[in-house]
Amino acid sequence: MTTASQQTHQSSSGSLQPKGWLKYFSFSLDHKVIGLQYLVCGFIFYLIGGSLASAIRIELSSPMSDFMARDTYNQVLTLHGTIMIFLWIVPVVNGAFGNYLIPFYVGARDMAFPRLNAVAFWLIPPAGLMLITSYFITGAAESGWTAYPPLSITTPAAGQIIWILSVLLLGGSSIFGGINFIATILKLRRPGLKLMQLPMYCWAMLGTSILVVLSTPVLAGTLILLSFDIVAHTGFFNPTLGGNVIVYQHLFWFYSHPAVYIMVLPAFGLVSEILPVHCRKPLFGYSTMVYSIMAIVFLGLIVWAHHMFTSGTPPWMRLFFTIATSFIAVPTGIKFFNWVATLWGGRISLNSAVLFSCGFIANFVLGGITGVALAQVPFDIHVHDTYFVVAHFHYIVYGGSVFVIFSSIYHWYPKFTGRMLNEDLGRLHFLLTFLGFNLCFAPQHWLGLNGMPRRVAEYDPQFTFINQLSSIGALIMALSTLPFLWNVIQSAFKGAIAGDNPWEALTPEWLTTSPPPVENWTGMAPLVKEPYGYGIKEESIQIQSPDISDPENNKQ
Amino acid sequence: MLGLALVVGGLWIGQNVNLLPDSASANAPVYDELFRVLFSIGTILFLGIVGLVIYSLIRFRRRPGQSKDGLALEGNLPLEIFWTAVPAVVVLFVGLYSYDIYDRMGGMQPLAQSAVHNHQAIEAKERVWGGIGSGPIELSKQAKSSLSVEVTALQFAFLFHYPEGDIISGELHVPSGQPVSMRMESKDVIHAFWVPEFRLKQDVIPGQPTILNFTATKPGRYPIVCAELCGPYHGSMRSTVVVEAPDEYKRWFKENSKDPILEA
Amino acid sequence: MTTLSPINSSSEEKSEEQVVNEQEHGDHRLFGLAAFLVADGMTFAGFFAAYLTFKAVNPLLPDAIYELELPLPTLNTVLLLVSSATFHRAGQALRKDEAKLCQRWLLFTAGLGLAFLASQMVEYFTLPFGLTDNLYASTFYALTGFHGLHVTLGAIMILIVWWQARQPGGRITSENPFPLEAAELYWHFVDGIWVILFIILYLL
Repeated sequence: MTTASQQTHQSSSGSLQPKGWLKYFSFSLDHKVIGLQYLVCGFIFYLIGGSLASAIRIELSSPMSDFMARDTYNQVLTLHGTIMIFLWIVPVVNGAFGNYLIPFYVGARDMAFPRLNAVAFWLIPPAGLMLITSYFITGAAESGWTAYPPLSITTPAAGQIIWILSVLLLGGSSIFGGINFIATILKLRRPGLKLMQLPMYCWAMLGTSILVVLSTPVLAGTLILLSFDIVAHTGFFNPTLGGNVIVYQHLFWFYSHPAVYIMVLPAFGLVSEILPVHCRKPLFGYSTMVYSIMAIVFLGLIVWAHHMFTSGTPPWMRLFFTIATSFIAVPTGIKFFNWVATLWGGRISLNSAVLFSCGFIANFVLGGITGVALAQVPFDIHVHDTYFVVAHFHYIVYGGSVFVIFSSIYHWYPKFTGRMLNEDLGRLHFLLTFLGFNLCFAPQHWLGLNGMPRRVAEYDPQFTFINQLSSIGALIMALSTLPFLWNVIQSAFKGAIAGDNPWEALTPEWLTTSPPPVENWTGMAPLVKEPYGYGIKEESIQIQSPDISDPENNKQ
Repeated sequence: MLGLALVVGGLWIGQNVNLLPDSASANAPVYDELFRVLFSIGTILFLGIVGLVIYSLIRFRRRPGQSKDGLALEGNLPLEIFWTAVPAVVVLFVGLYSYDIYDRMGGMQPLAQSAVHNHQAIEAKERVWGGIGSGPIELSKQAKSSLSVEVTALQFAFLFHYPEGDIISGELHVPSGQPVSMRMESKDVIHAFWVPEFRLKQDVIPGQPTILNFTATKPGRYPIVCAELCGPYHGSMRSTVVVEAPDEYKRWFKENSKDPILEA
Repeated sequence: MTTLSPINSSSEEKSEEQVVNEQEHGDHRLFGLAAFLVADGMTFAGFFAAYLTFKAVNPLLPDAIYELELPLPTLNTVLLLVSSATFHRAGQALRKDEAKLCQRWLLFTAGLGLAFLASQMVEYFTLPFGLTDNLYASTFYALTGFHGLHVTLGAIMILIVWWQARQPGGRITSENPFPLEAAELYWHFVDGIWVILFIILYLL
């Protein structure tokens, strides 16, 4: 018992921790510092992954393989996929916002296991560096982020092994994070706070962490077997030695399909936090939102083989996975209708956070519709492994998760720094991102339907024009990063002072100073039973949380 | 009223905007039918939801001077049940419909049967996977014997072997109107055989043969594309399927056949 | 529209809430370990699934040798099951503050674990196939090896716990049983995995 409290209060005493900006480079145990470490580190990897994406789009603006060598191209697309998934979206939607917000939401002073938390973060930079430097030293892996054997066994071994190692490290980091979130949400709740009173992001993170804990280890095991095949020449996935390549695909997708939900569920949670604040309305249908998250978690675990409809899966399997996958549309649909209902009748401030959130809704609806279509075996047989799929999953992970990440940065930046971001630059950023994104990926649906497979460096010249259109979109997306970067950097020094609660939000992280003190609250953690109690009569709010009164009343 | 316009508009777009390439197999029209239905439903849903979002953003935007909170609306159970039911019904309909389509494409035909029927050479024990695309059952019954082709994929080419005439070719020649049954196997890594105009794709897997059946309907030259990342030259791993009228096909077959009996 | 001021907890609520709040944060490490073991179990589940699929789908190549004898693994199963029981006794002894007894049971458990490892080694060296001989051989060694790694770690953990329990300062007492409880939970988990592994690998 004593050790436990020592551990958890280490961060509070903070005597051994460096102060000032140096703490962001240290093995800090403060969940807020770790959250920002995740965010900034993830964003750096986003810039790297984005440069790789630009390289891909440059190569694809002509039908010949002319910009880079063919094997380099494969390395670039492998790195792009791996970095964007494992080093940007997963760590940021889970690690960054999860670490920063979850302790506030449950009314704790830190995560359940601060030390494990810091370890989980510090696994990421070395893994990422290892992955990227492998490109310069040995050549990176070139079998795609899926690393399907036997291709991954026959391509140069050094790069592939480094890829496996870094994905294992990142998987470990993500498992540690998941355990921490589960323990924090279930065990560290402030007394008097019920589960069904938690902000929606907690539920999203609980669901996500369950997925992480259940599915990531399977990927780890699979990659260990794959590395045996490469290093020790065993034959798990090597058909010439009697192995079975399809087993790898099953095991891989058992993780990698839930991975989509690991990237998207937290985004759902974040949007559910952002919209009510700026619409000045309670989140519509709290309990159905919770149930639909749990339904998505459950269904997400039993749909993996829809990635394998053309791999020679037997008909009964194709049917089962078609049906299971289609039904994910139901809980997802509920969430979207509830968000629209949250907007309905609100007093919506059309700021950058809301714009990005609504951009997310539009993009994700499109991605979801193509997703339901792709779940249908007969439809998938034609477009599987084509640019249609590329377009679909970029609508999900970029149009979905990344838009939400930007939205969240606009929303929580005042909390992180105590200063506001520039709204005009934010709107410009949104406009460029939204236009660029749709110009880049919408035409790719057509490319896929008409015969352009994914992961190619050269293609049928009839697709040149549409590809160039897509590349222009990518260029606009790349440019859209500039106003954002400028905004974030200069606002940190010159932005308008935000005050503690610029959005007059009711969720607990705003009921303290901005940026918050090391222990999150100077006094006791507030008991917020109605995190979305906007517009509700002032007396009822006061009972639940004595220090919040209706902003209306304070006006005079 | 608005909803009706939306539905009609969505249906119109779904039926009239063609995003697909030529259809050149018995399988393709069935596929296109499914595509049009999905596209219609998708368009209606997309325009509906995005329309609602844009409408709400404009209608309920905070106007200067407004400082009140919005409606304190925390939920509405009947409404939530309603929009749980709507996607459920849509999904159910799509599922049943695509099952029907899948069946019409021949996806539910017992594999072992068609495999044995088409390839006496295959030992009964060998498991062969795949099989979509054999077309409606009636069609395959009434059809003349199907043409067997053995496909070998390797980095970075497809080889087509016609057991009947012992022809090995880099291009696939098939007569229009006759069912073709391909037995595919890979020599090295996973490839995928894809003919966009046939709307068919099947992975070609090392150590595990797969079957792909189709009936070409429209003479012409169509690209065969490898759709599974298979190495540096993946993008250039392409071939051509030449669909010919039966007479022309016979001529090509005779010219290339090495089998003396057939030549005689 | 002033911004909401940071919360200074109101006095009337403070009394009981504060008390509960100060005691916040019991020891959740065991809960965390349990969550980790669920994850670890999923790794094994993946391996088992792979093995069963191989078995259902990939026939043993004609000239490949894959034969397992039962006596030694049965002995191993008994060793581990007994060791689970002895560890349980150690835990009971600790709770009754019988330090000497606890240490003895711990040492006994570690001994059983090491005996398991030794017997496993004997099996490895007498098997007629090697790691890369065929698919089944590889899967066999991967599964038992990964489990053996867990047993090795477990045995080391038990020895550390034993060492700590011996220290006069009382690092492990009925007041602070966490290291022992953690090792015990882990050890039961490893045993449970072995039982599943034994059934799947040897009996099926």
